[in-house]
Amino acid sequence: MVFRQAKWDEPIIFELSRYRKQGLIVDDEFKEYSEDALKEIPNDYLRTQDDLNMPSLSEVEIIRHFTRLSQMAYGIDVGPVPLGSCTMKYNPKICEELASDRRVTDIHPYQDEETVQGLLEVIYLLQKWLAELTGADICTIQPPAGASGEFVGALMIKKYHMDRGEEQRTEMIIPDSAHGSNPASAVMAGFKVVRVPATPEGDTDINAIKAVVSDKTAGIMLTNPSTLGLFESKILEIADIIHNAGGLLYYDGANLNAILGLVRPCDMGFDVVHLNLHKTFAAPHGGGGPGAGAICAKGELKNYIPVPLVDYDGRRYYLKYDIPRSIGRITWFYGNIVPAVKSFIYLASLGPLVREVAEISVLNTNYFMKKVTKLPGIDLIYGRDRWRKHEVVLSFEKLHKETGVTAEDVAKALLDRGFHAPTIYFPLIVPEAHMVELTESETKENIDSLVNAYAEIVELAYKDPEKLKGSPRNTSISRLNNIVANALKTVTPSFKFISKVRSIIKTDKT
Amino acid sequence: MIKMPHPWIPNSVPSVKNEMLRELGVTDVSELFSDVPKELILREPPKVGLGKPLTEYEVRRFFEGIISKNKVLQNPPPFIGGGVCYHYVPAAVKAVITRSEFYTAYTPYQAEIAQGLLQAIFEYQSLMAELYGVDVVNASMYNGSTAAAEAVRMAVRVKRNRRKVLVSKTVHPEIREVIKTWSFGSGLEVVEVEYDRKTGRTDINDLQAKLDDEVAAAFIQYVNFFGVLETDLKDVVELTHKYGALAVVYSNPIVLGVLKSPGELGADIIVGDAQPLGLGLNYGGPSAGILGTKFDRELLRQLPGRLIGATATEDYRELGFTMILQTREQHIRRERATSNITTNSNLEALAAAVYLSLLGAEGIKKIGEAILGRTNYALKKLSNINNLRVPVFDGSIHFMEFPMKVEGRDVEDVHKELISRHIHIGPLLRRFRDYAELRDCSLVCFTEAHTRSDIDLLVSALEEVLR
Repeated sequence: MVFRQAKWDEPIIFELSRYRKQGLIVDDEFKEYSEDALKEIPNDYLRTQDDLNMPSLSEVEIIRHFTRLSQMAYGIDVGPVPLGSCTMKYNPKICEELASDRRVTDIHPYQDEETVQGLLEVIYLLQKWLAELTGADICTIQPPAGASGEFVGALMIKKYHMDRGEEQRTEMIIPDSAHGSNPASAVMAGFKVVRVPATPEGDTDINAIKAVVSDKTAGIMLTNPSTLGLFESKILEIADIIHNAGGLLYYDGANLNAILGLVRPCDMGFDVVHLNLHKTFAAPHGGGGPGAGAICAKGELKNYIPVPLVDYDGRRYYLKYDIPRSIGRITWFYGNIVPAVKSFIYLASLGPLVREVAEISVLNTNYFMKKVTKLPGIDLIYGRDRWRKHEVVLSFEKLHKETGVTAEDVAKALLDRGFHAPTIYFPLIVPEAHMVELTESETKENIDSLVNAYAEIVELAYKDPEKLKGSPRNTSISRLNNIVANALKTVTPSFKFISKVRSIIKTDKT
Repeated sequence: MIKMPHPWIPNSVPSVKNEMLRELGVTDVSELFSDVPKELILREPPKVGLGKPLTEYEVRRFFEGIISKNKVLQNPPPFIGGGVCYHYVPAAVKAVITRSEFYTAYTPYQAEIAQGLLQAIFEYQSLMAELYGVDVVNASMYNGSTAAAEAVRMAVRVKRNRRKVLVSKTVHPEIREVIKTWSFGSGLEVVEVEYDRKTGRTDINDLQAKLDDEVAAAFIQYVNFFGVLETDLKDVVELTHKYGALAVVYSNPIVLGVLKSPGELGADIIVGDAQPLGLGLNYGGPSAGILGTKFDRELLRQLPGRLIGATATEDYRELGFTMILQTREQHIRRERATSNITTNSNLEALAAAVYLSLLGAEGIKKIGEAILGRTNYALKKLSNINNLRVPVFDGSIHFMEFPMKVEGRDVEDVHKELISRHIHIGPLLRRFRDYAELRDCSLVCFTEAHTRSDIDLLVSALEEVLR
């Protein structure tokens, strides 16, 4: 595929213009009142104009600046973004349009409940549908993102044990293949992380779990399917081991897309489940956020969910604060409502077809795996003869040994061919990894061309590896220097330090 | 019922699906799930939506039927405060954040194909650092409340052996609740500092009494939850530093064109919420949390969240942008990370960057003055109404918000009567458990989006209701 990304030599916004202009008119109708008020403010607390370095631009300059920047960005509307565990599916436009309705965006969180019955009903129905899809008793969309959902789940487990007088339960079991946010969330909730490895077949090692459970075990945090894209087939046995030891099971919903509407986490024995509405339920990722999370609980743990909960008393929808064992508030207000509305529209549109989402995403993964593993230099490492679910992890270890070309080089060469690269070097247990997730959105044609791109790159690796080291060439910039980016002497986290980097850029004269 | 294929699932076309299955040597998709225990597979499709797929026009009608039960307050816009207020969202902001190259992108892990996104967030960080008077602001947290909780945790990491945090009771009650929830698992002690009932400002004597060498940080809101300017902030910072603790200051960005920045006043960590900067109300979320600090090795090392920096290309010929200092973050550091945050509020940060660019240095000052002028106008007008006590706090400066006390009648009744006239004040302070002394009060908020006739309408409605 021919791909040339736009390349604008676009100045940093502070350097865009030498003249003072205005981008937005602000009235001065109340000038006499503001002047009076300003006199009351002690000088120590008044800002002097000259200490504020901000651009002064007209509206047209600002729009052009950011439009040019957008042309140097790449989203799912531009092409495939096969990032593993990120579930970069298409964001249907009807979801975007309806969620931008003023009756969603212009609603104040402290408006009387009577004036927001529509929005509360949307949230209530969404929570109900999510409970149906997870097999939980209750769901709430309070967590503003996935990681905060993990943190909520870990805190619920923490408080559950504390309330039972079992404060000694300080250990959270987490597989080596887990997302980094799992151990980070567990530690934030005050747990010690106990790691368990994977077997060569790619399952969590049951014997290792048996060896570490004790009366110190608070629980286990698992994804199923795992980050290797494999279904943990002994999940029911794992659930028994943890429950018998007095622990609880936490489900990381990052990989739910593979089993949506087919298998329910709580049926597998999970007690608390977090979901990413911006992954499985089609809310866009926004270039890094905002997302939206959900937390679902079954059994005793349902009494521990954060407040407030959107509930229905048979007559009206309301915010329920009376949850005596609740862990408390995880965020102000009620969570990220706008992405939640998008997920609501997505589920309302598909209804029972969510099952097709799971089946086609799994079909896409296996079709891709079958074709791509025919290429030289690519291996699977774990569970070579097993079907994958939502994603597959390729290892370029062999290619690296034979040609010197790394997983990163391959990723950069994919960029040159118009594809966003997959997640690389993750999970950590797979050397030279590419973690590929296609979701149900990618067409067979696109998958075939992705395989072709890999074929071309691998062939080049064996023929002329140096050529790959120069990738990417077709993106708006070539490879960046990470040492300069991170060294204390040159690190430039904001514009005021820009001369640190500028001074080392070679101009044609030097 | 709609037949396959669904437009969002292109390979559900039977001929395509069959060809792919053939490639795999299976006849049915269910074979790909053969490793899932049979008893776990649902026999029936799940009961979500309306039990059948909907066409686009059906889903639009369905949504309209529900959302029409919401009431948008337009004439006048709501006078509700309490952390977020109604502000105007410029069309140019919406135009930029609906560019789908931006909103459908992932976190910029592949820097070379995401330069535009990275540069925009670098600009957000830089603009925000200017506004708050600090050196570094991260790429955003979820919102002001979680930024506050993260700031507290950051302070405790910096002050390794100190496990106590002082939080003023003039800080938004929901922010204080969030700090407590985020702290209880790791065993931090959150101690609240009283406020002066007469002035509505943090009680500096109580703060001094509670400061000791166990305290990692003091957390104060400037302008505070009551809309009161904390005019002792300089002393608070000085006192906090004297005890070897860090000063964490929460501010609304919209007032900082007029007020001296918290950084300049000595704050070690600044926090805030970007909602007023063109983000909309969104029923409280999403928003973007602002978190920043000075260029200090130890503070930087403990800074949570993503950070974008400028760098050179490998051949040193061009300037570019990339994620920096990632060894602080969960995907590298796992259980030793500074935070678990992954997804943040990137698009909302972008909106704030566009908004600040539109205003510029002069505009941000003007909008602060426009808000201050309206606050003062409303304060004067409302202070003449019988059975209404305004201001509640004496000798303090109010910015954007203030409480008003209803006398002789229940504030809730007054509130309801106003709603019947399409006027919405709030929140009533009885909503929050710990302001018993203010249970007859409601907050009101005035922004650039309120006209003189909007405010006059509120004044005359209150005159009538309280007559």
